[in-house]
Amino acid sequence: MVAPIIELQTVNKWYGEFHVLRNINLTVKKGERIVVCGPSGSGKSTMIRCINRLEEHQKGHIIVDGTELTNDLKNIDAIRREVGMVFQHFNLFPHLTVLENLTLGPIWVLKKPKAEAEATAMKYLNRVRIPEQASKYPGQLSGGQQQRVAIARSLCMNPKIMLFDEPTSALDPEMVKEVLDVMVGLAEEGGMTMICVTHEMGFARKVADRVIFMDRGEIIEQNTPNEFFSNPQNERTQLFLSQILH
Amino acid sequence: MADHQSKGAQSAPPRRLSWNDPDVRSVVYQVVAVSIVVMVAWFLISNTLHNLSIRNISTGFDFLGRESGFAIGESPIAFGPENTYARAILVGLLNTIRVAVIGIILATIIGTVVGIARLSKNWLIAKLSMIYVEVIRNVPLLLQLFFWYALITETLPGPRSAITIMPGVFMSNRGIKVPAPTDHGAFDLAAIGFLLAFVLIGIMVNLAKKRQDATGKAFPVYRAGLALLVGMPVLGWLIGGAPLELDVPKLQGFNFVGGATLTPEFAALLFGLVLYTAGFIAEVVRSGIQAVNYGQWEAASALGLTRSQTLRLIVLPQSLRVIIPPMTSQYLNLTKNSSLAVAIGYPDIVSIANTTLNQTGQAIEGIMIIMAVYLAISLSISFFMNWYNKHIALVER
Repeated sequence: MVAPIIELQTVNKWYGEFHVLRNINLTVKKGERIVVCGPSGSGKSTMIRCINRLEEHQKGHIIVDGTELTNDLKNIDAIRREVGMVFQHFNLFPHLTVLENLTLGPIWVLKKPKAEAEATAMKYLNRVRIPEQASKYPGQLSGGQQQRVAIARSLCMNPKIMLFDEPTSALDPEMVKEVLDVMVGLAEEGGMTMICVTHEMGFARKVADRVIFMDRGEIIEQNTPNEFFSNPQNERTQLFLSQILH
Repeated sequence: MADHQSKGAQSAPPRRLSWNDPDVRSVVYQVVAVSIVVMVAWFLISNTLHNLSIRNISTGFDFLGRESGFAIGESPIAFGPENTYARAILVGLLNTIRVAVIGIILATIIGTVVGIARLSKNWLIAKLSMIYVEVIRNVPLLLQLFFWYALITETLPGPRSAITIMPGVFMSNRGIKVPAPTDHGAFDLAAIGFLLAFVLIGIMVNLAKKRQDATGKAFPVYRAGLALLVGMPVLGWLIGGAPLELDVPKLQGFNFVGGATLTPEFAALLFGLVLYTAGFIAEVVRSGIQAVNYGQWEAASALGLTRSQTLRLIVLPQSLRVIIPPMTSQYLNLTKNSSLAVAIGYPDIVSIANTTLNQTGQAIEGIMIIMAVYLAISLSISFFMNWYNKHIALVER
């Protein structure tokens, strides 16, 4: 059996009185591609944001690549170096060019020479098919292009795990495909562990090894995409699927 | 109009001179506004000239060449009663610039630190910064100046029982006395070394960046810079023969002789202005940092940047464009507030121009000089800050 790269053991989290995550147990194998879906407010984003500690969990254990997330800053830094993240609103750095956005992490965190960082950046810009935008500023790009830059920025850190937090939700409909194509390409290449919060069910069917359904802070159901879509067990899953698959 | 008609049917629609035409209205409004301004100005000037002539007061700036006949407490250039009014006013100008420049630099540093501290996750640091800001900015500056001045002159002992902070450094109600370098070539060399250190730091920063680009290794720029700043003057002093005599202040009669002085007036004014303005700058910096989307922090954290790297590389560069315009206002405020110096007897431009106009009776010229000085300083600051603001503006599209 392949060793798990991410383990969540009875993770609980509260925002004040509000119980956002309830006893989350999840084991992700190396190279596994997981799609997380569920109604809004169900804790999907919070769960994946706990994995690189943009959010703090209050109970339970999160172990990423053999390192447990605690208050230890060293551990947090080590884990963040392994984990890339793509945000709903891109969060590119608007005062830096596309190329500088891509080389910032490699230069300051991985301590790479500039020329090497730039070569890597251009490699990934080619991969997301916008090398010609390297010297532009994020504000000059379309939403779809910005999100592709954001994906390339994460890839430049050479992560073992990629987290996607609703990467296509803020995009105009005609730009969703260009971003999904990049993500599909990444998934089909293999090797990368991916956890993706998304409502793009076509994407889930195409590349996911497992689909997880969350509601009210709990994991309700998880299954292979085929089983999940054709034969949902829980009635909340059935209701959710009937609402989004029309 | 002929041009319009020549284009034929598809040219502009016909226009009539009408009160409902916004162009006509704006012309009328502007004519009215300009004539009001001209009338008011004419009234003020003719009234002034009339009053001056019936009181037999001569106008003009001839008085500037006359002997001033008063002494000035502290001056960066040599000045005595035999010097002219023009030189007295120059002393005032230099004193104002001195307190404004040092004040702006210190207020920026303290304000930025306090502003960042207010956002600290450390409860105590954040609360202390908040208390500092709220106390400082809610007490009138004039009172604060009186407070600092009184603190220095009332609570500190007289020169004869001065507090000895360290050998040669005395604190009394006449200010802080420190040893001054004597007239020895070695001290000139040390000064040259100090200036050279800045040049070397510039070169070092450049080289360090090149090295990081090439190898990825960062160079400890801050520590090396500090070492240069200390080391170069010491080197100059050693080359000059390492003289050990200093012009140490000595108590003679009722006061100290020799050495250099930080006067109570200057210290109180600088303290008051810096602490007061820093309170406002702290708020400007805090709001600037908070204006940066929290997503920027998250994206930087997700890349593995530390908090201080994020602040330096991501957040501060973006918040600068929000910070600079109100920061300019604070710099201008500090400069103009330095005119409160007159209340505690620091000889700034207002204080000296006041003495001048009392002695010569040239009130209008005196006030005009003060206004011209502040206008010139303020416009220079504005000009520089606007240039800088443009320089750091974001490329949006």
